[in-house]
Amino acid sequence: MNSFDSSNGEEMSIDSAAQTNSLASVASAHTAARQPGNAPMGSGLEARGIHAWFGKHHALENVSLDFASGTVTALIGPSGCGKSTFIRTLNRMHEFIPSAAMAGEVLLDGKDIYSKGTDVTKIRLQIGMVFQKPNPFPSMTIGENVLSGLKLAQLKMSNKEDLMQECLERAGLWNEVKDRLGAHAGGLSGGQQQRLCIARALAVKPKVLLMDEPCSALDPGSTLRIEDTIGQLAQTMTIIIVTHNMQQAARVSDYTAFFLSEGGPGNMIEVGPTNEMFSRPRDQRTENYVSGRFG
Amino acid sequence: MTLETPVVVEPQRPWKATPRELAPTGYLLLASAFASWAVVAATPMKGKLAYAFLFFVFGTASLSINKGRKLGRSAAVDSIAGSVAMTGAFLVFLPVASILFTTIQKGVKGLHWTLFSQTMFTASYSDPISKGGLLHALVGTLYLILISVIVSVPMGILTALYLTEIKGPGSNFIQFIVQAMSGVPSVVAGLFIFASIIVTTPVKASAIAGAFALSILMIPTVTRTAQEVLLLVPMDLREAGQALGATQWKTVATIVVPAARNGLITATILGVARIAGETAPLLFTIGGSDKLNWNPFKDYQGALPFYVWKGLLLGTPESIQRAWTGILVLLILVLVLFILARTLGGRKMKSK
Ligand SMILES: Nc1ncnc2c1ncn2[C@@H]1O[C@H](COP(=O)(O)OP(=O)(O)OP(=O)(O)O)[C@@H](O)[C@H]1O
Ligand SMILES: [Mg+2]
Repeated sequence: MNSFDSSNGEEMSIDSAAQTNSLASVASAHTAARQPGNAPMGSGLEARGIHAWFGKHHALENVSLDFASGTVTALIGPSGCGKSTFIRTLNRMHEFIPSAAMAGEVLLDGKDIYSKGTDVTKIRLQIGMVFQKPNPFPSMTIGENVLSGLKLAQLKMSNKEDLMQECLERAGLWNEVKDRLGAHAGGLSGGQQQRLCIARALAVKPKVLLMDEPCSALDPGSTLRIEDTIGQLAQTMTIIIVTHNMQQAARVSDYTAFFLSEGGPGNMIEVGPTNEMFSRPRDQRTENYVSGRFG
Repeated sequence: MTLETPVVVEPQRPWKATPRELAPTGYLLLASAFASWAVVAATPMKGKLAYAFLFFVFGTASLSINKGRKLGRSAAVDSIAGSVAMTGAFLVFLPVASILFTTIQKGVKGLHWTLFSQTMFTASYSDPISKGGLLHALVGTLYLILISVIVSVPMGILTALYLTEIKGPGSNFIQFIVQAMSGVPSVVAGLFIFASIIVTTPVKASAIAGAFALSILMIPTVTRTAQEVLLLVPMDLREAGQALGATQWKTVATIVVPAARNGLITATILGVARIAGETAPLLFTIGGSDKLNWNPFKDYQGALPFYVWKGLLLGTPESIQRAWTGILVLLILVLVLFILARTLGGRKMKSK
């Protein structure tokens, strides 16, 4: 992939060696991690030279990001800069849009999920997703919604009740719905529906969880509950979360990547350990954005 | 600023199957065809039906096994479901294609230019096909469709709006009536107009009387389809409109109906499709004239289905040829109307 060698100078990549959170080690990892064969260990996800198009509209340009296993990465940036588009290329949801096209590679445990002969349903089972808008299945009950992933993927479930309770607890919904697991999901409030969707995504135990503004419809209490959950989940899975809430990014993430579209296609401007991104970003545009001085 | 490199990255669609990936499917289908041929030849099973059935079984099984070997059991089941759906679509397509093919094959022989400039007023159905024409029937059918659309589409859509948006008093009863109306045999619609209008009022058999009979059939179709389409418009949109301070009428007219626009055009098309070929309601209502009549409100009128019916009834080779050609012209006319409706109706949507 040509684009991969020619990534622009300001991009940084993360790898497991960078967990010391020092700018220097991230910077040195910058070139090292790009070399093929130097992929991070574990269930990491690695995006290399991702471009995305909608018809002729070039929405995303040359984004390379490494998501080391067990880390939480926040994607921030103004509306319309391509965060959702990027996250959707990571579990092959982008291709559902008829006019869509892309370029680049997404490596899950070192294997390109776009390579020929890949079973896309298995990929999506391993890379779960929570959408911007709550979308519980309206014909199913609350309990059925939580377990729907197992049913859809035809997985065996040994202990339904426990799994259901565990997932709902992790999503911070258990107390509100434990008495009406048999009720239809459409009767829940917007925020409750979103937490149900998170519980549903957790039930299949994905290796990577993509979350596109999962908390935009939630109250502060449930938001904190979800953030807690994210912290716990990060021990067993890799999490990538899109958020417009700077505090949230600062609270939950190990790394932060800043996306920006300046008229043209969206770019990834800068990535680094979250505390550095917020305290002393290297790019002026990042600084403007995280400090709220965005023009 | 970013250090742009001149490398141009081409948009790709790695999820699209390449010809090389499709090749095994092709080979397996070929092999299935050969296997079914072999089985038909070797066993007492005979006929096209046996051949088609065996091909379906072999094709589905081999494709599914191929998928399952690569991607596992659920992929195999997925492949079977896909094959069954495809076969279903093909089974629907087959009779349609065969009807089209027969009509074109038989109808084309009778096509000639004077068909569209002459009537049957001076010619007889059993005259050679080069004499006479169907201009009168074409004009009559156009009038019938036009008037039926003018009557039924507003009535059908307004009824649908009443049932889905206003949900006023009597909705359930109206819903019931509409459902019952869609079951009315078409000949009854003709008899009804004959008894209630032609016998008792100054309106005699003419295009408009025929169009009224056709409208009885068309209104329920348009209403039912329009209703389904309007129900698909999300409730949020109505709430959004009303939350901006719009009245219900404004919300419906500027938000709901435009959102359902394509579906409402489909409702109209389905309605026209329902009536375009109807003969029975016209038997008592248009008079079935062989003369060109430009006045839709007075005097006997012809129609393409009527022309076909007359031709078939007479039974001579020439008259049957006329019937086939009449069917072909009717098919082409309906097709042209549908394409017109789609392009005229779809255009505004795109330019928005
Ligand atoms: N289905 C689509 N068809 C055409 N263009 C699209 C489509 N989805 C997104 N785009 C375009 O791609 C660009 C990126 O959109 P995207 O949804 O990824 O932004 P985003 O960063 O997620 O914004 P937000 O923060 O508002 O969710 C935008 O310019 C948008 O107009
Ligand atoms: Mg988005």
